[in-house]
Amino acid sequence: MFDNKFSWLLLLSLWLPACSQTQETTLANGLRVIVKQDHRSPVVVSQIWYRVGSQDEPEGITGISHVLEHMMFKGTARHGPNEFSRIIAENGGRENAFTSSDYTAYFQQLEKSRLPISFELEADRLQNLTLADEDFRKEIKVVMEERRWRTEDQPEAIVQEKFMTTAFQAHPYRHPVIGWMADLESMTAKELRDWYGRWYAPANAILVVVGDVEPKEVIAQAQKYFGQISARSFEKAKEVEEPEQKSERRLRVAVPAEVPYLLMGYHVPVHASAGRGGDVAEWEPYALSVLTGVLDGGQAARFERELVREKKLAASIGTDYSAVARSPGLLMIEATPANGHTVAELEQAIRAQIERIKKEPATDEELKRVKAQVVASNVFSRDSVFYQAMQIGRLAAAGLDWRMIDDYPDKLKAVTAEQVQTVARKYLVDARLTVAVLDPQPIGKGQRRMPRPRGGGDVR
Amino acid sequence: MFGNTLVRAQRETARLPLPPGEGMRVRAKGLRTWLLALCLIAFIPQVEAGPKIHHWTLDNGARVYFVETHELPMLQIRAVFDAGASRDPANRAGLARLTSAMLDEGTGDLTADDIASQLEGLGAEFGAGIDRDMATVDLRSLSDSALLDPALELFSKILAAPSFPAASLERQRAQALVALQKDMQSPGAIADKAFYRELYGDHPYAHDPQGDESSLKTITRENLLAYHRSYYVGANAWLVIVGDASKRQARKIAERVVGHLPAGHAALPIPLVRALYAPRQKQVAFPATQTHIILGQPGMRRGDPDYFPLYVGNYILGGGGLVSRLSMEVREKRGLSYSVYSYFLPLRKAGPLIVGLQTKNTQRDQALKLVRQVISDFVAKGPTEQELGAAKKHITGSFPLRLDSNGKIAENLAVIAFYGLPLTYLDDFISRIEAVTAGQIRNAFRQRVHPDQMVTVIVGGGR
Repeated sequence: MFDNKFSWLLLLSLWLPACSQTQETTLANGLRVIVKQDHRSPVVVSQIWYRVGSQDEPEGITGISHVLEHMMFKGTARHGPNEFSRIIAENGGRENAFTSSDYTAYFQQLEKSRLPISFELEADRLQNLTLADEDFRKEIKVVMEERRWRTEDQPEAIVQEKFMTTAFQAHPYRHPVIGWMADLESMTAKELRDWYGRWYAPANAILVVVGDVEPKEVIAQAQKYFGQISARSFEKAKEVEEPEQKSERRLRVAVPAEVPYLLMGYHVPVHASAGRGGDVAEWEPYALSVLTGVLDGGQAARFERELVREKKLAASIGTDYSAVARSPGLLMIEATPANGHTVAELEQAIRAQIERIKKEPATDEELKRVKAQVVASNVFSRDSVFYQAMQIGRLAAAGLDWRMIDDYPDKLKAVTAEQVQTVARKYLVDARLTVAVLDPQPIGKGQRRMPRPRGGGDVR
Repeated sequence: MFGNTLVRAQRETARLPLPPGEGMRVRAKGLRTWLLALCLIAFIPQVEAGPKIHHWTLDNGARVYFVETHELPMLQIRAVFDAGASRDPANRAGLARLTSAMLDEGTGDLTADDIASQLEGLGAEFGAGIDRDMATVDLRSLSDSALLDPALELFSKILAAPSFPAASLERQRAQALVALQKDMQSPGAIADKAFYRELYGDHPYAHDPQGDESSLKTITRENLLAYHRSYYVGANAWLVIVGDASKRQARKIAERVVGHLPAGHAALPIPLVRALYAPRQKQVAFPATQTHIILGQPGMRRGDPDYFPLYVGNYILGGGGLVSRLSMEVREKRGLSYSVYSYFLPLRKAGPLIVGLQTKNTQRDQALKLVRQVISDFVAKGPTEQELGAAKKHITGSFPLRLDSNGKIAENLAVIAFYGLPLTYLDDFISRIEAVTAGQIRNAFRQRVHPDQMVTVIVGGGR
């Protein structure tokens, strides 16, 4: 759920005025190293980002990037299975990893003097992963349990998954990050070894370190541990362009559930697809961010004020637009109707809101509010060392220059009401829209809570 | 985290689920409330010592805890009241949460729209939420006085004189009922609620803090006003301030935010939790692919003399992410579950010890048997010296990560404040951990944890 009304702001605030404290270098083998100083606490976070995610996966092996992420903890010749986690834990560290459509990332949070431990282990598993058949057989079961937990037994998650297969028909954003169950069931350790061999090259990775550190020392340590890994070329996945949608798409997902649910998404550009000489101007993603703020950036924004409080049509509503991604994505709105109202009524009201912003410009007060929130969240986001690293990593993984951080607040402040209207008129149109509706079926005894093939929602 | 949550959940998938305890808070409204207090289970300290805490008490009894940090031009404020769900009157389950959710629906002449526009126009963030013990109300603002002053003004009005408009209450009630309906499609939520009911019986920790359908329908505006009058008072209040203010400024801020609340009375003690003397099992058929299993028993209260042995012991049993015994046996060796954990949730009175996992339906019996065996084995034999050493290294070594932001410092201070832990709690933490012996852990677990007298809740399977 977009249950965080300020979440879009956190995205905006990727643009920290941070350059002076941040340094970047590229090792001879192609590994990029970005170091940012934050001396408030004696801690450090180290993240390594690989530019491989579910969008790089061909049909039949969906979910393989995420399975590999799990397998990265299963050891190398030097460190046996789970040794990585044990060593980090004994050093007072916290660690985890995450996979998205655009990237796979691993991190450790540590007291600052322990940074070399993280480097040693990360450099080791970048090049020497064991990927034994037996470990794979156990871990793939864990991933299948994860899929059941995240998706199979959650009606709204099923709708989201079906929705993506409909909104995207060619681009691999249509695949779930965790993969289709049938692909997980047929996956082999050999496929994982090939995937690892193909993508885990230093030149496909970005090391981000933020904390109470000196960049020079960090870079020297990175050179020591990662510098000796030999350069390797890697084959990028072919970029797929989503064909023009042309007309609205709809799907109804009938699954056992108690509460209806609506999910709408418009195809929109992102920074990576803007200002490159095509028909997307550089300012457009900024205007889309402000648009998202006007519609749903907090309790004072239009959706909460009018759809939740005034008209009482929505029990909850959330809007999501992520301008930082490798490929063009979606501006999405999810909502649950208030009791006594239908999904259809709610959808009409949301569409009326979208028509309104095309006709009437956002008011000065609205723009001032959005910009005040941007200024404040710029500061608030610096309260978290981990989050600062996330911001840099996500930008870099999306192929963007993290230095665009510098002029971001100004770019955002420069967005005018007319520009907000322009992007609304250009992108929030029916020919870019997909609408999914959860049609709750009785949660009866003996019924399997599994999606049935229906409409345009199913791919298998 | 950053950005989108709905789709992030879909688009981003991680190797480990959120640590247990996080995200457990009932969200009343607003930003970050669900992230609030529940670092409780793993309240770990800093390297050498905690931050310098200034503490004083206002005339109306409100206790103030202040930490000065000037690195960022921001201020984090958390007001805490002894007004959590355990204060819900009989047949009014959900009153604490509704009161919290209604705080920013109006004050004086200001409507919810006015409050939201003014606060967000200042770039400030407001949030309110409850758990079983406490109600927390948060404000985060830049420290620039042109922004901070009006935000504080509004915040203090919200705390002292919410108007609880009748129309807002109807809407909030309707929203709460939808949230309850959503829980009924979630096997995890069903299991969690059943667990607390079975474990706590007629104790005020038993009921769902969100309330239930019939109780929500009976709550009136007068109930909210009375609840607020009783519990949102100086004698029942703690205030945490962290950030870019001098001590003098902090004194003014405290007076301004909670100083004008009526003194009132401290809430009465809540009843002791009765021990279980026989196992209980609750099985709920639900058409899901996985079965959710929760086992547990009354655990410990905040300030419990066995806190440290139980805390360190639990890290070894099921608290330590992927290196715990439960994780090794259930997940790493057998691939039975993505998430398996145990934790103590210390509350004012004995909070629960909770052990949980999810597994596909056909593996239910195998997983349950295994988990029980791991617990029994640990209780019988305690940890090895090697496990104890590793646990201490982790807990003491991760001390600085617990306090590396204003937000985290504020969360920790709120726990120290509300539960009346010593001001030196953070300073002493490492030595307390270091002092724990394997024998103490074994004794504490043997005396306190009874694998044959636990509540077991099983949701799923269908058949």
